[in-house]
Amino acid sequence: MPKKFDAIVVGAGMAGLAAAYKMSSEGLSVVVIERGDYPGAKNVMGGVLYRSMMEELIPEFWKEAPLQRPVVEQRFWMLDKQSVVTSGYKDESWAEEPYNCFTVFRGEFDRWFAKKCEEKGALIINETLVESCIVDDGKVIGVQTNRPEGDLYANVVVLADGVNSLLGKQLGFHREWEPQQVALAVMEELKLPEEVIEDRFNLEPGMGTTIELFGQGTMGMVGTAFIYTNKQHISIGVGALLSQIREKQVQPYQLLENLKQHPAVRPLVRGAEPVEYYAHLIPEGGYNSIPKLVSDGVVVVGDAAQLVNGIHREGSNMAMTSGRLAAEAVIHACNMGHFDRDALSSYENELNNSFVIKDLEKYKDASHLLESNPRYFNNYIPTANMALREMLTVDGVSKKQKQKKLTKSILGKNGLFTLGKDIYQMWKAVR
Amino acid sequence: MHIVVCVKQVPDTTEVKIDPETNTLDRSSAPAIINPYDAHAVDEAVRLKEQHGGKVTIISMGPPGAVEVIKKCIELGADEGYLLSDRKFAGSDTLATSYILAKGIETICQDNPFQLIFCGKQAIDGDTAQVGPGIARRLLIPQLTYVNEVTAVDSAKEVITVHRKLDDGYEVVEAKMPCLITVEKEINQLRYSSLPNMLRAARYQPHMLNADELNADVTNMGLKGSPTSVAKIFAPEQRGEGEIIAGSNDETINQLIQKLSDQMAK
Ligand SMILES: Cc1cc2nc3c(=O)[nH]c(=O)nc-3n(C[C@H](O)[C@H](O)[C@H](O)COP(=O)(O)OP(=O)(O)OC[C@H]3O[C@@H](n4cnc5c(N)ncnc54)[C@H](O)[C@@H]3O)c2cc1C
Ligand SMILES: Cc1cc2nc3c(=O)[nH]c(=O)nc-3n(C[C@H](O)[C@H](O)[C@H](O)COP(=O)(O)OP(=O)(O)OC[C@H]3O[C@@H](n4cnc5c(N)ncnc54)[C@H](O)[C@@H]3O)c2cc1C
Repeated sequence: MPKKFDAIVVGAGMAGLAAAYKMSSEGLSVVVIERGDYPGAKNVMGGVLYRSMMEELIPEFWKEAPLQRPVVEQRFWMLDKQSVVTSGYKDESWAEEPYNCFTVFRGEFDRWFAKKCEEKGALIINETLVESCIVDDGKVIGVQTNRPEGDLYANVVVLADGVNSLLGKQLGFHREWEPQQVALAVMEELKLPEEVIEDRFNLEPGMGTTIELFGQGTMGMVGTAFIYTNKQHISIGVGALLSQIREKQVQPYQLLENLKQHPAVRPLVRGAEPVEYYAHLIPEGGYNSIPKLVSDGVVVVGDAAQLVNGIHREGSNMAMTSGRLAAEAVIHACNMGHFDRDALSSYENELNNSFVIKDLEKYKDASHLLESNPRYFNNYIPTANMALREMLTVDGVSKKQKQKKLTKSILGKNGLFTLGKDIYQMWKAVR
Repeated sequence: MHIVVCVKQVPDTTEVKIDPETNTLDRSSAPAIINPYDAHAVDEAVRLKEQHGGKVTIISMGPPGAVEVIKKCIELGADEGYLLSDRKFAGSDTLATSYILAKGIETICQDNPFQLIFCGKQAIDGDTAQVGPGIARRLLIPQLTYVNEVTAVDSAKEVITVHRKLDDGYEVVEAKMPCLITVEKEINQLRYSSLPNMLRAARYQPHMLNADELNADVTNMGLKGSPTSVAKIFAPEQRGEGEIIAGSNDETINQLIQKLSDQMAK
């Protein structure tokens, strides 16, 4: 048994498994340490898994991976108290190979992914907590676990320990996250017969849809809610910035109950039996919160590196891509026989050149803008609802009259200048 | 000292569901785990090995997926594991299971005779507690059942002393080795596996043995070798709620007597 591995991966989530798969495929000796009973036991996601990033690791994985439904439609709902403005996009080509994305259960999917890593030679050690990194002369050389004789050594440690990343904090890569840098999300899995799901969501057999809900879904807080279809379950969840949840003093389960009671949501979940309940944090700090990613003998990937695009609910794809790019840097370092910061720096460069950092940079001010300017969630969404209500309610008032009333109401609240400024700032934040 | 431990893969009965229509266990509803008593048997064997030296070998009969429970035993500190797996074993009752396991033990102990065999008290799915005694009988060795403490092992004299659990206490018994022991959970507290054992288990591939490799009579195996016939399987009815008779003493005693005599009259 080698006393020292090429790489130790902490955390068997999407990021850690992607890194482990890539490294062991190239013949590196890899051990993955996971605190849960099995990979995925602790992992929470709505969840939409993106095909293309997974395929960069395992081509045509959909032929054998445990997936729920290919997503053929994505809907966007803007909720007011008892109304909703809907839009969306449905595409028949998403129902065929190679597909766009899938709904998955992480408990199933991660376990399968871990098996694939084992087939490539990686060792997966479950039920084991990494307590700290072993640091020698400023260089990470291994990890200390909570097991007897629990020290383990490697040339590189890959920190894939998720949103809290206590290990990254111990190494001084980041500070305790501020409540406005993370969202608290709660979700439920609701059981319903397959045909009922397909009827309610207007789907062909086996196909899936996603709904992202803004506005009342989060009781006006910055965040989103979602409803995803699985084979025999609906995943419904809602997340909002921890700072705002605290400020408003709402209980997370109230958010979810409130969502399920909304008249647009109620008929979708009627009669469904709740079978699981989860709560988890999501990194929301975006670009400005990214910690140190590389140091001597260590790289940070996935949620641990805060790589989540909150606006587009993309996290698992960034986790996979960052894991893969980190693995490539480790493979490169192994070939050179150096494992210091410079030797591993290609990870940071490649990540900067990838969609991951580019997307996060593009949206770097968006979350902050939404948080600091309550008008987006509290005024404009209700206004959009009001506008359609006015125009579509036939009550004998002339359309011209209605338009006048609308303009007055939109401008009356904040004035033209504020409206212009808000539009401009939002455009600047996401352009 | 060579210690063999018999380990069964069972559905986690705390999660298993009964199909209300067919009255059979819906095995797919529950994850497969190591029979909890057997984990204690492995731990006890490993403790004895640590004191007296030697080797702990695991043997299990089951489907190919049962390699997972053997790996679990390696985590707990066992040295080797054998899985007896063959379609010919399917449908074995306790008589056939003990035959197959006895033949398996003979096969794997050809060059390294055993001093002790450990089994669990019973399996949490079959619950018969017959397999251990069946193996002992077939191998013509003494058996100590319901053991909750091993107090002494004298390797020179080849004698083991144990406590056997009784309803109202325990008895102290000695037996000549080689012998077979079935264990209660109280025999030890499972230890947290060391990291080296976890790594070894993650790499470990158990040895596989099929019916042909056992040098055994196939007519004693599987459905053919199983005289047990299942007449009926049913889920017991939920017990109704109890009743609490409240009030002053005399009153409640009278009420109780009345209820009891009503019941007897029925
Ligand atoms: C409610 C919700 C819905 C979401 N929906 C989506 C979605 O639809 N699509 C999408 O792409 N993303 C979604 N995300 C985000 C996505 O789940 C994450 O971005 C992704 O899981 C990150 O993967 P990861 O491997 O970095 O972290 P994780 O999946 O969190 O894995 C970290 C692993 O490390 C382990 N671990 C942590 N510390 C230690 C330690 N010290 N020792 C040993 N093990 C440790 C944990 O047990 C865990 O298994 C959602 C998130 C939430 C909370
Ligand atoms: C009425 C009845 C009908 C049954 N019908 C069938 C049937 O038709 N088809 C069928 O496949 N099964 C059937 N079974 C199950 C099968 O007979 C038993 O599961 C099996 O023989 C083991 O008996 P047990 O579970 O009672 O184990 P026990 O005797 O309670 O187990 C005691 C100990 O023996 C050892 N042990 C038991 N089984 C194994 C094993 N497989 N490998 C290694 N060690 C072991 C373990 O140490 C265990 O702790 C039936 C059981 C009963 C009670």
